[in-house]
Amino acid sequence: MTNHHATAEILSEPLSLQRRALSALMMGLTYLLFLVAIIPLGSLLYTIVSQGLPRFSWNVFFHIPAPIGEAGLIDGFGNAIQGSLMVLAVACIISIPVGLLAAIYMAEFGRNSKTAHVIRFVTQVLSAVPSVVVGVFAYGVIVFTPAIEIGGVLLKPKGFSAVAAGVALAVLMVPIIALTAEESLKLVANAQRLGSMALGGSRFQTTFKVVIPQSMAGITTGVLLALSRAAGETAPLLFTAFFTQNWPTGFDHPTPTLPVLIYNFSQSAYTSQNEMAWTAAMVLVALVLLASLVSRLAVRKSFR
Amino acid sequence: MNDPQLETTPSETEELTLSQTKSGRLEPAPEPNELVTAMKVRDLSFYYGTFKAIEGINIDIYEGQVTAMIGPSGCGKSTFIKVLNRISELEGQVKVEGTVEFFGQNIYDPKVNLNRLRRQIGMVFQKPNPFPISIYDNVAYGIRLFGRKPKVEMDEIVETALKSAALWGEVKDKLNKSALGLSGGQQQRLCIARALAVKPKVLLMDEPCSALDPIATMKVEELIESLRHEFTIAIVTHNMQQASRVSSYTAFFSTDESRVGHLVEFGPTSQIFLQAKHPRTREYIEGRFG
Repeated sequence: MTNHHATAEILSEPLSLQRRALSALMMGLTYLLFLVAIIPLGSLLYTIVSQGLPRFSWNVFFHIPAPIGEAGLIDGFGNAIQGSLMVLAVACIISIPVGLLAAIYMAEFGRNSKTAHVIRFVTQVLSAVPSVVVGVFAYGVIVFTPAIEIGGVLLKPKGFSAVAAGVALAVLMVPIIALTAEESLKLVANAQRLGSMALGGSRFQTTFKVVIPQSMAGITTGVLLALSRAAGETAPLLFTAFFTQNWPTGFDHPTPTLPVLIYNFSQSAYTSQNEMAWTAAMVLVALVLLASLVSRLAVRKSFR
Repeated sequence: MNDPQLETTPSETEELTLSQTKSGRLEPAPEPNELVTAMKVRDLSFYYGTFKAIEGINIDIYEGQVTAMIGPSGCGKSTFIKVLNRISELEGQVKVEGTVEFFGQNIYDPKVNLNRLRRQIGMVFQKPNPFPISIYDNVAYGIRLFGRKPKVEMDEIVETALKSAALWGEVKDKLNKSALGLSGGQQQRLCIARALAVKPKVLLMDEPCSALDPIATMKVEELIESLRHEFTIAIVTHNMQQASRVSSYTAFFSTDESRVGHLVEFGPTSQIFLQAKHPRTREYIEGRFG
């Protein structure tokens, strides 16, 4: 009886004051640091929205920047949105296949091989190259050199173009895609690969039917991460896409983009352009968030 | 049958009667010379990198029989079974010496197509590893690797496989649900169904019940019992009762002083369990080591 009683007492006996105080202190510290960590994000979003919203209307998507001093014209930056999409499309077409194939090689076909180690090292080095350097590189290789045309098809234009900008952004995207996709491929349990191969599956079949579907969420995250980084890059675009006040006229011509528009307009002497830069920043952030939201939902639906 | 380990004199097998058995239903195994050898292993040594894991293995896996591999942890029995379908090569740098013949063909011949080989020699792993797709697609996976089939035909293959794995009744109403929603035992039987669907000649099982509870284990054992006439089965187990219940031949593996795995004794299960020739086998069976 007494024994049982003592056991019950132990269960209900409060922890020492010291331990409870320490626990409360640590919890408090955790919350505080959490707040400190989200202050920059919150403040950034608040500033962008509060500064950008006043000039926002759906017209910004469908009109080009109104020339200064001409009253009555609807102001907008639809040309920069369209140009940004064109540049990002080129960047994705180049970087997604290259990045994913590199990741598949490092994680599946060449796992633990010397070649894979070399590729991983080179990729890591590439991811550390400053974007302005990548811009100069694309300027030297694409913008500055003569056009290449094979059988009437223009492969590489000369001069500022969406293609040159796309190449520059692709160089920035490849390492992000390759490294994150490799990680998510490696997360797939080896038992899954063995299961497929024990049924007579080749490495190719195993990779594409078992491993990639299971790491689709991680791969998508990697592509989005790369895309959001590229969407906001300004420095490489200054050397490659350049800028125009008009609608883009093709992938082989100078192309307006959102980041360069924000850069130009925020330095402008005219208040109206300064305000438009804020609105453009808000639209850029919203587009990136929207893209990431939509693709996450799509991935979640198709692989559950 | 020149291998001394395989020699069983008629008098020894005749002496065995069921009244002598202590651990379950030990049946006298058929005479080796009446049987077809499905897999013939000679002088097999296997290395992980430079580490020699098993050495000098000689064993015949007979067609239509259940052969159990028993032995203490680290004796190389799992390593051995993974050599039989060359799946061990996927786990890093390995080296194989000796020969492994599958119905007369050396599976380590450079000309051998590994995908075809593994289709003939199926495998069930220690932990259930169903793919995170529907139950139906899991079973159909192996078939689809080698080409498309009309839906009616595929439905039939899936149903037959699930029935032979004694799982059909439990899953027939949720074939399109994820395989991950099944219990551990059901998942393991699904993996067996998946392996059976491609109609292998030999089925290798690497401790298939070690992650299962006793009831699920019993179901898998009943399943092995029902499959023994249709398939050749090689099963690794650390459970001696299981070996005595399901197998007709038993191979006892053990390590020597240098941590290299050897085959100590191989013969009909009843002989290994009741009249083992080697003292180490007797000690292990009686629970004195391992």
